[in-house]
Amino acid sequence: MAEKPKVAFYWCASCGGCEETVVDLAEGILEVVEAVDVVLWPVALDYKLKDVEAWQPGEVSVAFINGAVRLSEQEAWVKLLRAKCPLVVAFGSCAHLGGIPALANDKSRRAILANKYLHSPTVDNPQQVLPQEASRVNGYDLELPRFWDEVRTLDQVIEVDYYLPGCPPPSQSVLAAVEAILAGALPPKGSVLAPEKSLCESCPRKDSKEDRFSIAEFRRVATSIPDPQTCFLAQGYLCMGPATRSGCGERCLHGNMPCRGCFGPPPGTRDQGTKMLGMLGALGEADTPAAAAASADGLADPLGTFYRFSLAASLLNHSRCREEV
Amino acid sequence: MGQRITINPVTRLEGHGKIEIFLDDAGDVERAFFQVPELRGFETFCLGRPAEEMPRITPRICGVCPTSHHMAATKCLDDLWKVEPPPPARKLRELVYNTFMVEDHYIHFFFLGGPDFVVGPTAPPAERNILGVINRVGMEVAGKVIRVRRECRQLIETVAGKVIHPVFGVPGGVSRGIDEAQRTEFLKTAQLAIEFAQFALELFDDLVLKNDRYLDLIRSDAFSHRTYSMGLVDENNRVNFYDGHLRVVTPEGEEFARFPPRAYREHIAEHVEPWSYVTFPYLKNVGWKGFVDGPASGIFRVAPLARLNAAEGMATPLAQAAYERMYDVLGGRPAHATLAFHWARLIEALYAAERMEELLEDFDITSQDIRNVPTAAPEEGVGVVEAPRGTLIHNYWTDERGMLTRVNLVVATNHNAAPMAMSVEKAAKGMIRGGEVSEGLLNTVEMAFRAYDPCFACATHSLPGQMPLHITIYNAQGRRIRTIRRNP
Amino acid sequence: MTEERFEPRIAAFLCRWCSYTGADLAGTSRIEYPPNVVPIRVMCSGRVDPTFVVQALAAGADGVLVAGCHPGDCHYQSGNYKTMRRYPLLANLLEQFGIERERVRLEWISAAEGDRFAAVVRDLTEKVRALGPLHWKGAPPARYRTAPADREEVHAHG
Ligand code: SF4
Ligand code: SF4
Ligand code: SF4
Ligand code: FES
Repeated sequence: MAEKPKVAFYWCASCGGCEETVVDLAEGILEVVEAVDVVLWPVALDYKLKDVEAWQPGEVSVAFINGAVRLSEQEAWVKLLRAKCPLVVAFGSCAHLGGIPALANDKSRRAILANKYLHSPTVDNPQQVLPQEASRVNGYDLELPRFWDEVRTLDQVIEVDYYLPGCPPPSQSVLAAVEAILAGALPPKGSVLAPEKSLCESCPRKDSKEDRFSIAEFRRVATSIPDPQTCFLAQGYLCMGPATRSGCGERCLHGNMPCRGCFGPPPGTRDQGTKMLGMLGALGEADTPAAAAASADGLADPLGTFYRFSLAASLLNHSRCREEV
Repeated sequence: MGQRITINPVTRLEGHGKIEIFLDDAGDVERAFFQVPELRGFETFCLGRPAEEMPRITPRICGVCPTSHHMAATKCLDDLWKVEPPPPARKLRELVYNTFMVEDHYIHFFFLGGPDFVVGPTAPPAERNILGVINRVGMEVAGKVIRVRRECRQLIETVAGKVIHPVFGVPGGVSRGIDEAQRTEFLKTAQLAIEFAQFALELFDDLVLKNDRYLDLIRSDAFSHRTYSMGLVDENNRVNFYDGHLRVVTPEGEEFARFPPRAYREHIAEHVEPWSYVTFPYLKNVGWKGFVDGPASGIFRVAPLARLNAAEGMATPLAQAAYERMYDVLGGRPAHATLAFHWARLIEALYAAERMEELLEDFDITSQDIRNVPTAAPEEGVGVVEAPRGTLIHNYWTDERGMLTRVNLVVATNHNAAPMAMSVEKAAKGMIRGGEVSEGLLNTVEMAFRAYDPCFACATHSLPGQMPLHITIYNAQGRRIRTIRRNP
Repeated sequence: MTEERFEPRIAAFLCRWCSYTGADLAGTSRIEYPPNVVPIRVMCSGRVDPTFVVQALAAGADGVLVAGCHPGDCHYQSGNYKTMRRYPLLANLLEQFGIERERVRLEWISAAEGDRFAAVVRDLTEKVRALGPLHWKGAPPARYRTAPADREEVHAHG
């Protein structure tokens, strides 16, 4: 009997949703367990660094790594997995692009600590105690790891062969990826394992908009009700569809909410945010600089909207010269 | 100081928990610390974002209970924009929420807590996992667990858009409704869930309650803490996961406080320690007295057992009967046995399943009147729900455009952080004497821990499940003298 | 006696029909303007993807000028209107990233406005000089991605 291929799952700064999506294969999980041997899965199996160190290079065919990278410990783990596994797949938005935790790259580490432990409305902390990397309490020495100033994508730390996008990736695309790997039917290295088109191209609402339409004014779901059939952008709600890759099953759109871009930029796009910004320019109606400025001001929080999931991977990620809240 | 013991579970969620145990010269436990070594800064990086995005951002705090954050955030937006959802929207939210409680509680009971009871605390470690549970209860039951979970999660996905990180919550309602065909289909899921909840309680009866050894374990002092209990209750002081007032009872079961969510800051404060990133909430009007229990210490507990303690009953008939029975067996309310959290969890799952059915039997739930658009200017909002792991509080402040200027989140695992630290210390003290570290330590500590379903480990919900632990013992000079591993 | 002065680097995206010709005119008419500008000829201001502007900043520019035909004069009819709408969005975005909006400027410069081109460049150079160099927060970490996407992009927009 031929040995089953071995696969590893690892997580860095993860919310656990990427693990749940694997569990959500439900009965389908049996299919996976049938076909492969899961040799590392910290969420469910106890394996230590030294077990992995003992692997022969190539013995484990593929490592699926989710979560962004924020601690040296995580860096050590992913470098080791890279050295041992011929294939590394960045699993989920966090590993792919930084994900939501990377919004922290917009704030300083100092502000994060101060906000949480000094200025929180419920914290009672007259001594201004902050968690310390090393502390001594009644003679006991205790340590906490230091987290980096910034959250990184997996490919900012190691070389990545494939990307499985989404927050989290849908269970079915996990299954498809595993099958493609088993069958050796993989696209060129560096590819994103999702369709080569934008979300708008597969959106059920795509025919509801005119070929050329324009946005008179931005609207927010907080203060108005989107029509459940019409294209969000055509209604004036910011929808990241044009700057997002297809493949999620249009999940949010079925929930009658606009896309926030978790599948990352569409093919051929380096930066999801500036791509979206470029699109919006084409859709506006303003024909004077003043009107254009007014309309732009109607779009609340471009950074947090355009880069909801991709701040760590953005061109501007390192531009910040400031140290304030 | 003699030895120092480090327990570093590799599992993590809200950061991986880490335990440090210090022994005195005689080799007895002096002090144990429970540390959470991660901080992600949601309160800070959400600033400047539009408030209505919070139900879509905060679920990423935890992918195991994203629905709790989604719902707390959505309710916070109602309060922020001073708008009430129309009744059908409220029912849809409650439906999604109770469905989520059902599947989350089962997965915890069978896959995480189950090994302790179903297989037994003294069974060989190799069997004390989900596979052992399956062996014991049979493939048919295991298949049922998977089926209930799948159906519940499909319901959530249909109504809320996504099951992991839902999207349907908006201020004053929800973004989509359901039709009659869906209602009838979901009703079947609800009935399956009720049936299964009853079955699970029977199983618990057979395997645990009829077994004196287990019963003694549940009642044993090693796992008890006499703390205050807190939970959401409805107007009749019955358990409610989605809405109501927060009620706190004393370790003796007297009502200590009952307040609307808005008033939470008058009652709850957080203590900071330099050795953990997690804060330790306590009752402001009692005060922080350190890691001790009793009526003079402001430490309180949340999550299933605490919720049942803090209430006077369940709002549905079958769950009410189960509630009465539990307190009969445990000798009255409140109960402090940490391991009874598992029992309480099954009673709550039964209530949630009954509530699903109630909501789905009401035709109004298919109405398309699902949104009230806010007209007031936003300012401050508070949203509270009961997450599977306890009370979850979201509190936002915005400018007049609804852009966040301040965010305060007190999550379930926060509330239980101090009790967990105490339970761990108590378990360690019971197991380590004269420098002899019992092999049973690992499992006992783990059980103390697991009863709370702590968020950083709750991903062990999933598959072959026992929390991997790794204990290292150092001598006073810091040299490693012994390592114990907790896995086969 | 020379004083060390900060010499900002400015990338100028100039539409070939109007602004580039205007810049040429400034040169041939020997109108003085600071040498800090690196002109980049594009077909139309509407073809200046905001990504280019950001890439220029990331590549070391301290300021960026985007110049096109006056409204109504664009050879592709609405190219410059697109640019007009993108510009404040981009400035808002850059501001959130801590990059002063004054570092990026949009101007309409016709083929005949050599003097205007020179004046704009002088003014922008002085303003950016006053702001100082654009500080990036450390070097970006090495990026290991060899995604075809990256390479394609050059053709897609180039
Ligand atoms: S990609 Fe989404 S689901 Fe996966 S770890 Fe990140 S936040 Fe969680
Ligand atoms: S903009 Fe959004 S709603 Fe419109 S077609 Fe694209 S994905 Fe669909
Ligand atoms: S619609 Fe957009 S945000 Fe939602 S799952 Fe799909 S790609 Fe992600
Ligand atoms: S051709 Fe000059 S701006 Fe379009």
